[in-house]
Amino acid sequence: MLRFLLQRLLATIPVLLVVAIVVFLILRLTPGDPAAVIAGNNSTNEDIEKIRETLGLSKPLLAQFWIWISGVLQGDLGYSFYLNKPVTELIAQRLEPTLSLAAGTLVLAVLVAVPLGTIAAWRMGGWLDRILSGFSVAGFSIPVFVTGYLLIYVFAVQLEWFPVQGYRRLFGADGQGPWAWARQLVLPWITLAMIYVALIARVTRASVSEALTEDYIRTARAKGLGESAVLMRHALANAAVPIVTVIGIGVALLIGGVVVTETVYSIPGLGSLTVDAVLNRDFPVIQGLVLFFSLLYVGVNLLVDVSYLFLDPRIRY
Amino acid sequence: MQVWKLLLQRLWRNSAFRFGVGVLGVLLLLAALAPVLGTVDPAAMDSAHINTAAGARGEFAQLDGTLVKHTFWMGADNFGRDIFSRVLYGTRTSLLVAAFTATVAIGVGALLGMLAGYFRLVDAVLMRFMDGLMAIPAILLAIALVAALGAQLWTVVVAIAIPEIPRVTRLVRSMVLTLREEPFVEAARALATPTPVILWRHILPNAMAPLIVQGTFVAASAVLTEAILSFLGLGLPADIPTWGNIMAEGRVQFTQYPGNVLFPALFLVPTVLAINLLGDGLRDVLDPKFSKRGR
Repeated sequence: MLRFLLQRLLATIPVLLVVAIVVFLILRLTPGDPAAVIAGNNSTNEDIEKIRETLGLSKPLLAQFWIWISGVLQGDLGYSFYLNKPVTELIAQRLEPTLSLAAGTLVLAVLVAVPLGTIAAWRMGGWLDRILSGFSVAGFSIPVFVTGYLLIYVFAVQLEWFPVQGYRRLFGADGQGPWAWARQLVLPWITLAMIYVALIARVTRASVSEALTEDYIRTARAKGLGESAVLMRHALANAAVPIVTVIGIGVALLIGGVVVTETVYSIPGLGSLTVDAVLNRDFPVIQGLVLFFSLLYVGVNLLVDVSYLFLDPRIRY
Repeated sequence: MQVWKLLLQRLWRNSAFRFGVGVLGVLLLLAALAPVLGTVDPAAMDSAHINTAAGARGEFAQLDGTLVKHTFWMGADNFGRDIFSRVLYGTRTSLLVAAFTATVAIGVGALLGMLAGYFRLVDAVLMRFMDGLMAIPAILLAIALVAALGAQLWTVVVAIAIPEIPRVTRLVRSMVLTLREEPFVEAARALATPTPVILWRHILPNAMAPLIVQGTFVAASAVLTEAILSFLGLGLPADIPTWGNIMAEGRVQFTQYPGNVLFPALFLVPTVLAINLLGDGLRDVLDPKFSKRGR
């Protein structure tokens, strides 16, 4: 078990190294002097000179990469001259809204998609199955912001059930408690969960329907087990690995969706930080965010790998 | 020729394929015929028609000042530009971006995949690099690339294509790994056929069907990603009418005038749906191994 964990951790090192190289190179792709680009538009010559010195921009590319990556490994993602703050501090400040949005979406999507996919597989060809297969094609074709605006128009503007836009903090001095927080997030959660539900339900259906053809299902039914126990304890339990895998892979979609959803609902999280950073050409922030999100994505998928050990006792490493 | 006829017949029997071709055919016609379908210059602003309601009739002041009779099928935006004209001209941009992106991603992915599948040394390095690229969420990578390269048509195409390349590369590589062991490749090698010729004449044609299928899915996601980039204000410059740009501009006054966002969406959603269904149909017919529809 420990050896397996260690192996998986080691396997992520080359992946993260490539991510770091790509993120490092993104800045070098921009035309012009990297120091001037990092300093942003409102910088003095002294700023630029200082950056050139700390980043070693007169040294060879490999040495520059080394300086940059050793900073990153020590938790130094650079400095936003535009917002006048270290990038790590900016990310920490904006973390709560984004995590609230993403975690809520994840929970909602799994709670909706797994039962739906299971029932669709159980009654294949039935009305729920047909609705679901239609929805899963449509879910991938409707952009997040269109869903978002439709929901705002119907439930916030016309029916006035929910606030239109914005975010209320859960924690901290200006926190307004869980009720205000959740009410504000219901529409963003539903918006972002759409694609995710489509993705997870599709895989759940395929995986459960495959499990349902196995001999042990027949045995379970033959010994008089109720249908719900057959579905939950036998079919779903055996179908869990692909479902958890797609939940992990879907986190990439979720991260992309977070950026859009935060813009639609004016949520001051990492997504709107990303958009602002690009609009202001604030490269240290862009680099830090790409690195942070990729690390998160790789981390989640590492957890998914580890979960196989518990979900499927047949897997032994 | 008999083979092609048979293939077309089988494709046409697939309802998803028929729907996809139908919708895309209509869109191509709309894009090509945009100038004669009752449109005005999509960039022309007529201050007399700011936020005109959908369906209203009136006289539109063109750029040179002449008035033309005009029906505002989808209304006008907050600059007095005709949304119907902008959406139709936007169709051109969206379809262009989709076609270019699919071509670039498939072309580069096929080349890299063949190299990785055929040469062990390339394989080790290249596939580690692709694994790393896949660890960066696609939209985020596209956003960062647009930020670095600046937003023009070709940079947007490149930025959307790059995150798609690893998947294509993997697909082609796995096919090449099987194909290179086939007797016909062995025979070609025994005849001292140069490696590039083997790759081009013997391996690529056999990998074509899944590539075409993959290409349609890349095109569908390119339409979506272009719209998302433009919507965030990071895509093509605002003076080029694209569906994403029109929606981005309509965002500000969405609660009073939802049409600026909803009308482009009425084009965007069916387009993506049609390309996806076209891909599903092609997959079912060309590539039955990969179609797992559980029926």
